[in-house]
Amino acid sequence: MRLVNFIKSSIVGILDMAEELLSEIGLVLMFLGEFLYWAIRPPFRIQETFRQLDFVGTQSILLIVMTGAFTGMVSVLQGYNAMSRYGAESLVGAATALALARELGPVLTGLMVVGRVGSAMTAELGSMRNTQQIDALLSMAVAPVQYLVCPRIIAASIAMPFLSAIFAFSGMIGAYIMSVEYLHIDAGAFMSAVRDYVTSSDVTQGLIKAAAFGLILSLVACFKGFNAGGGARGVGVATTKSVVLSSVLILFSDYLMTAIMF
Amino acid sequence: MIQVDDVRKKFGDQEVLKGVTFEVKKGSISTLIGRSGAGKSILLRHMIGLDEPDKGHIVIDGKDIVGMKTPELNKIRRRFGVLFQDGALFDSMSVSENVAFPLREHRGLPENEIQDVVMQKLDVVGLRRHTQKYPSEISGGMRKRVGLARALALDPDIVFFDEPTSGLDPITRGAIYRLIENTHVDGKITYFLVSHDISGVMAISDEIMMIHDGRIVACGTPDSFRTSSDQVVQQFLMGSPDGPISID
Repeated sequence: MRLVNFIKSSIVGILDMAEELLSEIGLVLMFLGEFLYWAIRPPFRIQETFRQLDFVGTQSILLIVMTGAFTGMVSVLQGYNAMSRYGAESLVGAATALALARELGPVLTGLMVVGRVGSAMTAELGSMRNTQQIDALLSMAVAPVQYLVCPRIIAASIAMPFLSAIFAFSGMIGAYIMSVEYLHIDAGAFMSAVRDYVTSSDVTQGLIKAAAFGLILSLVACFKGFNAGGGARGVGVATTKSVVLSSVLILFSDYLMTAIMF
Repeated sequence: MIQVDDVRKKFGDQEVLKGVTFEVKKGSISTLIGRSGAGKSILLRHMIGLDEPDKGHIVIDGKDIVGMKTPELNKIRRRFGVLFQDGALFDSMSVSENVAFPLREHRGLPENEIQDVVMQKLDVVGLRRHTQKYPSEISGGMRKRVGLARALALDPDIVFFDEPTSGLDPITRGAIYRLIENTHVDGKITYFLVSHDISGVMAISDEIMMIHDGRIVACGTPDSFRTSSDQVVQQFLMGSPDGPISID
């Protein structure tokens, strides 16, 4: 009897969570509509967009370079371990390049940017909501979505493909150093395998994904911050939810896009 | 002139505004008083179009802003200035950038003219020497003064003040009231204050309204409030915990 009740309550809990997630996604999509409405109307906030590009893009480069390099190095070590069993060590560079261009680059860049930028966006907008700064904009006849949200979403969607490319490039440098210097794979074999197996469409797919992740993470971050309530605790809760929802949506949309573009 | 007519608002089961009706005369300093939580700030949010009432009308110079479309409402908002409770200054901008913000958004003036207006407004509130400081680097009283300078930047017809002196020491409070009096031009600019600081607002207001339990329970000049026989008004004026206003 206790087991039946446990299973019942677990199913109800899972259904509640699914319902909450779906309703969140619905609200985020409505917010997307609001963003699109304001994004195409003047005044265009060029200066603010450049400020956000600097925050999302330029200031993330060091983090992305480090993460990319270590990811490339780890991928080579793991790949070498598996491929050496079949005598295909020379293909480890190509496998790493494909993984970095198609998956690891956009997904890990997305997750890193969620942590560094998405959380900051939510906290900043949430704090502005709680200190009436968003009300002040409205009272001055300035559309807050146009002034605060549009520059952030546009900047993140533009910056993410560049960051993803930097991630993949750093990853390949890490992979090259690990393969050639540490595992003594022939440099020529490493490079020719990369050239033979990686096509421009692999790179394009990765960049398209990265732009989509930029849109998703900034949209969720702005939505959560814009609707944060309840003082400091409310901002904290909104930031946590923003990071969780963005991460889940990035992984989910990665699957969908891969299935479509595969 | 501002007319608030039978404004009602419910949050869940709780009815916060139960048919609020009053008028604010053009060019006057009018103040809405009441206990904390009486619905003053909620009513103010309705008057500046941040919230929509469930029922009722808010008419500003003949135009009902309830249900008004955003572009039309924004035209009316450009004639407003609002001083929020804690100033609501943009913390990513310096003092002068905060005051310049509405000018840059709506006036399209050359930068040197914007700076002239900013300095003139900061002069009025006595903060000319603090233009480059950020809101986090100045005191609460200074933040309110910057908020007032920003509210006055577009030379508005109406300025709304939400608890302009809350959390301030008595001297700074006096300075804020003096600023409100000094910047008010009789007959030309309408000031509407929301406050529970009865002694301060009695000295500067032309008219006072009192809200209690979601309704306006008294309305008149400061003198008529002092001599009122209404027990609710007298309890509030005396600051007594005993009387018809229960402490919950």
